[in-house]
Amino acid sequence: MLGRVANTIYWMNRYLERAENYARFMDVNYNLSLELPPNEVEQWQPLVLITGDWELYESLYPNVEKSKVIYFLTFDKENPNSIFNCILNSRENARAVRAEITKEVWEQINALYYLVKNAAAKKNQSDKELRRLFTDIKNGCQLVYGMYYATISRNEGWHFAKLGQIIERADKTSRVLDAKYHLLLKSPKLIGSSLDLIQWAALLKSVSAFDMYRKKNGKLTSSGIAEFLILDTEFPRSILACLLSAERCLITLSGSSVGFSNNAQRQLGVLKSQLEYADINDIIANGMHEYLDNIQLKLNDISSAIYNSFFSIEPYVQNQSQSQVQ
Amino acid sequence: MPKLDFSAYDTKGFYDEMFDENNNIRPNYQLFAERLQNMSQKKLNTLQHATDRAQLSFGMTFNVYSDNQGIERILHLDIIPRIIANNEWNHLEKGLQQRIKALNLFIQDIYNDQNVFKDKIIPKEMILSSVSYLKELVGFKPPKDIWCHITGSDLIKGGDGMYYVLEDNLRCPSGVSYMLENREILKRTFPELFEKLDVKPVYNYTHTLRDTLESLVDIDKPTVAVMTPGIYNSAYFEHSYLAQQMGAELVEGRDLIVKNDMVYMITTNGLKRVDVIYRRVDDDFIDPEVFNKKSLLGTPGLFRAYLKGNVVLVNAPGTGVVDDKAVYAYIPRIIKYYMGEDMILPNVKTYICDEKDDCKYVIENIHNLVVKQTDASGGYGMLIGPKSTKKEQEEFIAKIKNKPRNYIAQPMINLSRVPTIADNTIEGRHVDLRPYALYGEDIKIIPGALTRVALKKGSIVVNSSQGGGSKDTWVLNS
Repeated sequence: MLGRVANTIYWMNRYLERAENYARFMDVNYNLSLELPPNEVEQWQPLVLITGDWELYESLYPNVEKSKVIYFLTFDKENPNSIFNCILNSRENARAVRAEITKEVWEQINALYYLVKNAAAKKNQSDKELRRLFTDIKNGCQLVYGMYYATISRNEGWHFAKLGQIIERADKTSRVLDAKYHLLLKSPKLIGSSLDLIQWAALLKSVSAFDMYRKKNGKLTSSGIAEFLILDTEFPRSILACLLSAERCLITLSGSSVGFSNNAQRQLGVLKSQLEYADINDIIANGMHEYLDNIQLKLNDISSAIYNSFFSIEPYVQNQSQSQVQ
Repeated sequence: MPKLDFSAYDTKGFYDEMFDENNNIRPNYQLFAERLQNMSQKKLNTLQHATDRAQLSFGMTFNVYSDNQGIERILHLDIIPRIIANNEWNHLEKGLQQRIKALNLFIQDIYNDQNVFKDKIIPKEMILSSVSYLKELVGFKPPKDIWCHITGSDLIKGGDGMYYVLEDNLRCPSGVSYMLENREILKRTFPELFEKLDVKPVYNYTHTLRDTLESLVDIDKPTVAVMTPGIYNSAYFEHSYLAQQMGAELVEGRDLIVKNDMVYMITTNGLKRVDVIYRRVDDDFIDPEVFNKKSLLGTPGLFRAYLKGNVVLVNAPGTGVVDDKAVYAYIPRIIKYYMGEDMILPNVKTYICDEKDDCKYVIENIHNLVVKQTDASGGYGMLIGPKSTKKEQEEFIAKIKNKPRNYIAQPMINLSRVPTIADNTIEGRHVDLRPYALYGEDIKIIPGALTRVALKKGSIVVNSSQGGGSKDTWVLNS
């Protein structure tokens, strides 16, 4: 497969996963705001903080306000990571690899684009319309995944697409957890309070983990939830499960399952091992924010390593100029 | 529900493909008309709207150069088809085969023996001065001696009901994806008609294209690629569509690299040799080492690899010389010279401004003529005399006097018309016809075409970049 094409497929899915995650966050925050005890202020700032685009937000808007946050994260063309831009980018990438994907996948991504484009063109949407939109976006993304799963051969392209999706997913799960740990709870006194529980439940729902967590652990506890989202090997959105899945893709792509044959495989293997042997009590004792921050940095490094190992044309271009000199 | 009513339909003295001069339905449209007359205008509009939506959902869009990046338009598909009778098509087919064969021999000749100049059939200077004539190819013969593998000629039908060739497109003719997708959409729009009417299928175009490309090399399972300028090119939809339908690689210039005069793709597993490239990048841009130095769309060394016979480029570079509108005027003589036959499909009468008498006539009669710049396409650089102002005419006269070689003129042709949905009614709109030919082991004309339609009332400009739309073209089996 062409290196450029592999890179494009990888990003096509990263953007799609990002858009879906943003839609989840938004929907859950809406839910949360409805369940808050009286006199409790709605919290919209953490949503921007989760995405890592707080600086951009501050430069564009004077204050934090529900409607502005929603606009910023959903439609704002100035925000390269808004749902609109993510889906636009995903579609542009899909267009560029149209010959590698099926008609079904392409048409579904295209439909998703028109869904968001038409919504973006509407002024003053009601909460009801917006919630409907977020549901439609989530479902729309799920449809693409389903089409992808059902119609694409498990060839190289499939594994690069999958890699893009799960690395993005691991990153977003870590950010969601980070937001709760540091921002939602203003005072340690509130730990275990009803507000605390509502927030933990909302957080689980924002990564569609509530039902599976309940089934496994029953009781909601902060350490139980953190463990579930970081270290569980069976739940598909936990960070470790994502890394395990990414490792399988890299093994297929690199052709070796023992040790490593490229830098991407090595870095991913190291991070995965760290998580495999980690204990949640140590993580909490040593500072969960730092731990999650570190995971996010490592995920960025892995993404760069994937680029350099598979997509970059640099080595060939250098060879070419050498052969021209000879 | 009110039934569709054609009683007010007015052919206005133009040749209409559906109605004759007495407003009787022509035989090829008989069955279609019966179906339409059992349909209300409302139903027809509903079908049309469903079609518009289908085009968007297929992503059948193109970018418009003059607009900002990201502005996409669909090539509007009008659901009333153009229907061509079998005998009429046979005539077209023979005419196109003859023409393409002769043009191919002509191109081979001008880059090799140049007998056509020695025998004074066409002025040598005219060809050698053409910007599309590539001196680098003198003495070169492409694989199997085929230069123009893919042709999309533009035909029109005049007031006399005769077909004329308006233009040859031997560089990168586009639109074939619309022919194929239009058919898919119309099969959904009028399924019952396809059952009753014996319409020739077009679906195997991409199979034939792949066969044609593979036939050019003696390699088992050659690697075939479609080369595109990228997603912002106006025909990108088509490039990706063809690559996908053929199972070929869709590459950009930056995906390729030339080493030891061989062409490779840069893949996730290293380099992979490429054998045949259907390139949709113009000659000028394919190789910055030889042509436009600033081009980022091409691949350095590609032309060198081609000359060494290590890769096949389709169409061959240098064929654009035939698209020159001044050369067009000589094609009747070219066909006679190479084939020893009279031209089956006539040209439109063409005045060559580079010839003294013709030029004088053009300047004196400019208000009655269509003047065209010889190296422009897409409906740009032209003057439609009868619809122009005095000032525009004077501007063109100045341009012609300044560089006569760059201009030709033709009488205004009243393009034939086909009923077309316009707001809440049906009116005649002017059309042209672009059939596609593939030259591999033999010359195949795909039984269908892209019919382009001028959607603006009274307009004769059918180009997609100028507000034209399209129609599906049905060639009947019987």
